[in-house]
Amino acid sequence: MTKKKIEIDGRVIEAKDGEDLLSACLTHGIDVPYFCWHGALGSVGACRQCAVKVYDGPDDKEGRIVMSCMTPVADVERVSVSDPEAVAFRAQVIEWLMVNHPHDCPVCEEAGSCHLQDMTVATGHIDRRYKFTKRTHRNQDLGPLVTHEMNRCIACYRCTRFYRDYAGGRDLDAFGAHDNVYFGRAEDGPLESPFAGNLAEVCPTGVFNDKGWSRDYARKWDMRATPSICPHCSLGCNILVDQRDGRVKRVQNRYHGALNGYFICDRGRYGPLHVVSEHRLRQPLIDGMPASEHDAASAAHAIVAEGAIGIGSPRASLEANYALQRLVGPERFFAGVSDLESNLVRRIVEILRAGPAKIASLHEVEHADAVLVLGENLTGTAPRLALALRQTARGAERELAAQKGVHAFLDPAVRTAGEGRRSPIVLATPLPDALDDLAALSLRLDPQGVAAFGGSVASALGAGGVEEVEEHSEAARVAEILVNAERPLIVAGCALMSAEIIEAAARIVAALGAKARIVLLAPEANSIGLALLGGDGLDSAAALLKRGGAKTAIVLENDLFDRAPRASVERLFAAAKGVVALDSMANETTARAAVALPVAPFTEATGTFVNYEGRAQRFFAAVAPQESAPASWRRLDAFGAGDWHGLDALIGDLIVERPDLVAVADAAPGEDFGMADGKVTRAPRPYTGRTADDRAGQFADAVIPVDQDGPLTFGIKGARGTAVPTPLITSYKTSGLHSANNVTRFLEEVGGPLRGGDPGALLIKPGEASLPDAVSQRGEAGEGLWLIPLHDAFTGGELSRASALLAARRPAPRLLLHPDDAALHGFRDGAAVQVDGKPCAPVVTLDATVPRGTVVISAGSCQPRGPLRRVKVEAAP
Amino acid sequence: MIGFGWLEALLRVGRKLFVKPETQLYPEVKPKLYPRARGRIVLTRDPDGQERCVACNLCATVCPVGCIDLSKAVADDGRWYPEHFRVNFARCIFCGFCEDACPTAAIQLTPDYELSEWRRDALVYEKHDLLISGEGKVRGYRYWSFAGKAIPGKDKGEAEHEAPPVNLKGLLP
Repeated sequence: MTKKKIEIDGRVIEAKDGEDLLSACLTHGIDVPYFCWHGALGSVGACRQCAVKVYDGPDDKEGRIVMSCMTPVADVERVSVSDPEAVAFRAQVIEWLMVNHPHDCPVCEEAGSCHLQDMTVATGHIDRRYKFTKRTHRNQDLGPLVTHEMNRCIACYRCTRFYRDYAGGRDLDAFGAHDNVYFGRAEDGPLESPFAGNLAEVCPTGVFNDKGWSRDYARKWDMRATPSICPHCSLGCNILVDQRDGRVKRVQNRYHGALNGYFICDRGRYGPLHVVSEHRLRQPLIDGMPASEHDAASAAHAIVAEGAIGIGSPRASLEANYALQRLVGPERFFAGVSDLESNLVRRIVEILRAGPAKIASLHEVEHADAVLVLGENLTGTAPRLALALRQTARGAERELAAQKGVHAFLDPAVRTAGEGRRSPIVLATPLPDALDDLAALSLRLDPQGVAAFGGSVASALGAGGVEEVEEHSEAARVAEILVNAERPLIVAGCALMSAEIIEAAARIVAALGAKARIVLLAPEANSIGLALLGGDGLDSAAALLKRGGAKTAIVLENDLFDRAPRASVERLFAAAKGVVALDSMANETTARAAVALPVAPFTEATGTFVNYEGRAQRFFAAVAPQESAPASWRRLDAFGAGDWHGLDALIGDLIVERPDLVAVADAAPGEDFGMADGKVTRAPRPYTGRTADDRAGQFADAVIPVDQDGPLTFGIKGARGTAVPTPLITSYKTSGLHSANNVTRFLEEVGGPLRGGDPGALLIKPGEASLPDAVSQRGEAGEGLWLIPLHDAFTGGELSRASALLAARRPAPRLLLHPDDAALHGFRDGAAVQVDGKPCAPVVTLDATVPRGTVVISAGSCQPRGPLRRVKVEAAP
Repeated sequence: MIGFGWLEALLRVGRKLFVKPETQLYPEVKPKLYPRARGRIVLTRDPDGQERCVACNLCATVCPVGCIDLSKAVADDGRWYPEHFRVNFARCIFCGFCEDACPTAAIQLTPDYELSEWRRDALVYEKHDLLISGEGKVRGYRYWSFAGKAIPGKDKGEAEHEAPPVNLKGLLP
């Protein structure tokens, strides 16, 4: 991309050719007020707020007013933002916009981080001269996650542009005309899209807001914000966790150029509030009964001293898993998942390491030009990736528009000029998918069919090596699409827990060569991190205990009953003399364990998650850890795992032992990092009430907590602003600009990486190792119906199910059967059933879209995660 | 050279022996303070007897010593109110910024300045210490009559300067 010099009020900047004037100004720190423009949504020119004056050349003394968001930098030489005529124009526009704005700021959640407030102050509007009445609207109930207060609307259309055009939602639209225009649903009801929570950030004023935050509220300037990583899927979206008085109030998106960009899904926004749920483990348990810390700790020490195996967790940090591995030794360290899953995720790591396909970041996913999805219901398993694919589909449209000379930033014009062209996306999944509406081809196949289809695509591409598979009629066509593409992308994952699907994806990318990119989704936030440490699954753990290789077990932050078939877990509990569970959440494992010790959840500890790309990303303690629930690695340290005074010492040991993971140390600055103003602070200014209760230091609340493990401080003194290293950014505030819209100031270019590089360090380099042959997984024998877990964006895994907010939005669990299968087994619609002899809460729903020979059960409702297997569905007694 | 300026000074001071003294014998004699004098902080109610404070947090924000702490809650009828409201008078400098910042005329300073206590924590006033039953200095003001949010008894379109809610199903342009 060529650069172009333009002069703005005497300052010469280098703008990127092809971007709009407003983006160029904002990324160079020149403030131009705006409303409807958004970094991800482009320009529509709806609000008329970003007027500036442009001059044709050095001789042009008069100039003319243009909307900077609609003006390509290619067309201008000299610009004035501060020209009096342009200033007066903008002042008029904000005055019009404010004519109907209610006198609501004191009772509006947005106030304090409101883009409209910032822009009004920036434009100098202070007095409503219009003496007539304000237009009013009735509100709607938009469900448990999002508030609605339509009076505040300034009709920038960002909400519908995001919800409909960007996220593919159908149930939010603009109604009415002229100054009556209304943004809402046709009737009251929850917003259906799993990305609706982003409306709170997209809306420049307080029409849409986070309902959970509103209920448990503190102003933006009163909450300490901490950079964190979403623990609810393997994408590793960056989030900011806001808390006051030690209570997490809300989660917001944290910009990451390569990953989540401007948006996260509702599971990422509301799921982390499981840390304030009643499902937290607050006190130690002995045999399921509350006990004192002293008794429980000494009982745990005794059990560990007998010789324990360690069972790690895909939701615990890399550091915690390493501490456990170090305590018990690598040969006694196991992954707390089924054997198949642990093999599968390790195989994913092998495939990624082998290359030649590069691992696609979400940013690269958006720029792929042909996509094949094998077996993943992406909107359910990794919603943010589904959102990225919605942008991928628009690639052909963008290309055609570019050929016609339409600038990429003119979003509605691109849609028109693109003539509705779609980049080919092929979905090979068992069930109807939310992405079907933009897929070029949707194939409904049972799990074996998905793997076979992947295999036949690979064969059609000329990949050898595997026994001849049955030719699928569409395989040749899909292979042709992939061959002709310049940047083909293959997406597969562990949703169906089928090793064949992953192998098929690997063969396809191998056949496509270096141009191909791949996304292999692991089940959880740190599954890849756990796989990098190694360790077999639970069946091997139980076998070792049975052989007498060890007597007891330590279970790290893991509800085993949710992650592996019940029989395996029961074998483990039967074989172990005692089980110590360390967890932040109370669950069946902590209830069954001989000793359960509370540990810090991800909001109270510092650690690293490794996402699907192999990107190590550090999350920091949003709330100071309590003495009663220290970070799990500190508990393991006390058992004798190491001699670590802080996290950096632990990471130091980790990278000495595992030189291939040396980049973990580069994921974020260490605990001694400081800037000219001291440590980076979580607290915004003014952070009110600091002396309201100090009572001369008699009360613990008045003492600022100390963060032992991170480079951030809880105090109000410290470094902030654009110079802060990107993994430590706690706020996008700069002088006079308080809303999240101001993130542009922190970017190299709009939609591009953060200035100073996107956070995280890549641990996996494609091509660094050769691919060993696949170990053939034994096929599950037995009879019954193949179990297909039904993943859902609002349900997620063990942690997100504990969030009360998300639970309010969660669909009722379902059990779907094909009518023919149901007839075969004698089930009617609505029949109560049991699965594998266990009663199952959902009743049978007949659904002709379900593949024959399978049963679809909502994930997490009555069957745990586990290998692709058959289950017996019988009538309930 | 020594002049007689000292004599003039002596005379000027000495003349004060014969005028009425300004000094008041506090506490026997209480000074007369005007309603705008800035003393103890109170939270007032609107003419209907409802709490005026909507927990917007502006008083706490503008407070130069940070001695005000409050948290928002929502009543069943949709009004915002402070769940707790705390002022630490040991820190308060009685600058009156909170009163200026308050958009609902809830927080007001009163002429009561006699706040001495033996114990420091007795100077931390909670909401039940601060909330009075009257309107204070500002009479007749109801914030909710101006706000765009609907509450029981004041539907959308019934606030000051508001038009009735738009009928979206209407056919008129």
